[in-house]
Amino acid sequence: MNKEWPLWEVFVRARNGLAHKHAGSVHAADARMAIEAARDTYTRRMEGVSLWLVPSASIVASDPGEAGSLFEPAADKVYRHPTFYSIPENIKNI
Amino acid sequence: MYTTELSDKNKKPSAAAMANEDPVRLAAFEARVAADNFIEPKDWMPEAYRKTLIRQISQHAHSEIVGMLPEGNWITRAPSLRRKAVLLAKVQDEGGHGLYLYAAAETLGTSRDEMIEALHSGRAKYSTIFNYPTLTWADIGAIGWLVDGAAIMNQVPLQRTSYGPYARAMVRICKEESFHQRQGYEITMTLAAGSPEQKRMAQDALDRWWWPSLMMFGPPDDNSPNSAQSIRWRIKRETNDQLRQRFVDVTVPQAEAIGLRVPDPALKWNEARESYDFGEIDWEEFYAVVRGEGPVAKERMNARVKAWADGAWVREAALAHAAKRNGRLAAE
Amino acid sequence: MKPLVEYALRLGDDGLVLGQQLSEWCGHSPMLEIDLALANIGLDLIGQSSHFLKLAGDTEGEGRDADVLAFHRDVLDFRNALLVEQPNGDFAQTIARQFLFSNWQELLMRELMRSHDATLSAIAGKAVKEVVYHARFANEWMVRLGDGTEESRNRIIAGLEWMWRFVDELFAVDATVEELIVRGVAVDPRLLRAEWDARIAQALAEATLEAPKPRRAASGGRSGHHSEHLGHLLTEMQFLPRAYPGVAW
Repeated sequence: MNKEWPLWEVFVRARNGLAHKHAGSVHAADARMAIEAARDTYTRRMEGVSLWLVPSASIVASDPGEAGSLFEPAADKVYRHPTFYSIPENIKNI
Repeated sequence: MYTTELSDKNKKPSAAAMANEDPVRLAAFEARVAADNFIEPKDWMPEAYRKTLIRQISQHAHSEIVGMLPEGNWITRAPSLRRKAVLLAKVQDEGGHGLYLYAAAETLGTSRDEMIEALHSGRAKYSTIFNYPTLTWADIGAIGWLVDGAAIMNQVPLQRTSYGPYARAMVRICKEESFHQRQGYEITMTLAAGSPEQKRMAQDALDRWWWPSLMMFGPPDDNSPNSAQSIRWRIKRETNDQLRQRFVDVTVPQAEAIGLRVPDPALKWNEARESYDFGEIDWEEFYAVVRGEGPVAKERMNARVKAWADGAWVREAALAHAAKRNGRLAAE
Repeated sequence: MKPLVEYALRLGDDGLVLGQQLSEWCGHSPMLEIDLALANIGLDLIGQSSHFLKLAGDTEGEGRDADVLAFHRDVLDFRNALLVEQPNGDFAQTIARQFLFSNWQELLMRELMRSHDATLSAIAGKAVKEVVYHARFANEWMVRLGDGTEESRNRIIAGLEWMWRFVDELFAVDATVEELIVRGVAVDPRLLRAEWDARIAQALAEATLEAPKPRRAASGGRSGHHSEHLGHLLTEMQFLPRAYPGVAW
């Protein structure tokens, strides 16, 4: 048996209205301990109002080697951005 | 708190290790780093970069953890409720910083247990400064003022280090450290303005911590084998001597302002350089402390090993309980 | 001594002595995450203590502030319960002590929020949130250790066995407290016992542990008759202000 407590990723919501943001990691033997460790480690200075804890082993990540095929095809789809379209100056509210 | 990169004096970075790397990927990597782009955990990186980072980040983490001991030595004896709370919060912060840094190193494929094992077996280094004893309450002031001051000087540039998780940990650490140096100076200032006994304590602490603090920046540039490589890879951003000079320049006036004397007869303002000239550092002592011959090196390591060994049954129990609970949940 | 001074000292000394002991773990606990947790609990307790001691000093009106009360009283004048001065021992002893104390303190602070004394009520209002967390932390560790390995189980049973004798003192009432209860200032701890028993029983059941058998209770802390441990704790804690009296730190 691996004797190290599993690693968890910590996501902190700074205040309501904002998304949870990755803050770091903690080691904890179980979920409640993970919440407490995250609270004691990452919210000592009022950094948060809510926590998400995810076992690090459960994170599925894209492969940087595939970043080209995953993300670069979006680069030439400029028509998805509002600035692609030219509208005369005198037309308002659009 | 902080570390400088402490490798053995004679070990040169291995050119052979770099020769095995795929030249196309290596060139792309070097270009990204040179353009100040960040490297993230799953990105391709040269093995030497990975190894250097693991060594530097884990040394930094170990320094935080061992660094809890000299100050922890005074938590139970802090002279007022306010000082007690501040010191406990500060030592707790050091623990938090160690935790962030271990986590950053773990993204490079090592585990905290492995790093701790390397520390306990003496293979991993930590900042030499923590192998000096804290003899009086004034040492708590001197550590905050000088040691944390030197640490901040080192750490601020590391917020822009090339490895993303390390840089992010450093941003958080620098934000939290900002009170550490101020509380240390405040303690020293209070003592320096106090009774003759208190003033003596403050001066004695400065006398003992000044030179070790200057050593915290690591060996001189002409004797720092990995520096050039580390700077090219943006693992370091400034040289040891540059940072050390800046530390002297800002700290000397702080000592003078509260009537304390920096223990260096050669210290002199150099009008032409607009900097202080200062005396020769005893590198003999530095390397002895790196080798583990610091005044309380044994005690520090014994304390860490004891805490880890005494806690083994607790860590095992928590895992055993989690396994039982998961087993019961699965059976339901 | 005014009853409110006495009462505030009891509350303040509980926090001070326990906070002092928890701070010893910082840098020496089984896991970095536990260092941080115990330091947080210690900081909460030291903070609460500062408020209670300030109230004691202000009410007394003889110019003693929280620091003078913390650092310039000897054993006979300390008013903490015997439970909190029991040494840290191993992690199980520390958890057993925290488990019994924090569950009591949570119930106490919840009631103290309704005190007719505005300062006590305000301190309790802030403290109760902190203490809920302490109790949660301790209860969970009771379960992990009780239902963990054979070794952890033996250790937590031993911890509980030792600490159990100091429980009754937490619920005892003397003339000082009686008077404050009548005035609506102090909490009547006897009224907390049933709920405390139920909470402890529930946590112990989850931890697959049994409550230790009733035994002759130890008491005396509230009247200044402590165990031998407190003198050593104070010797260390008070060393600087006593060695260099009358100076600022």
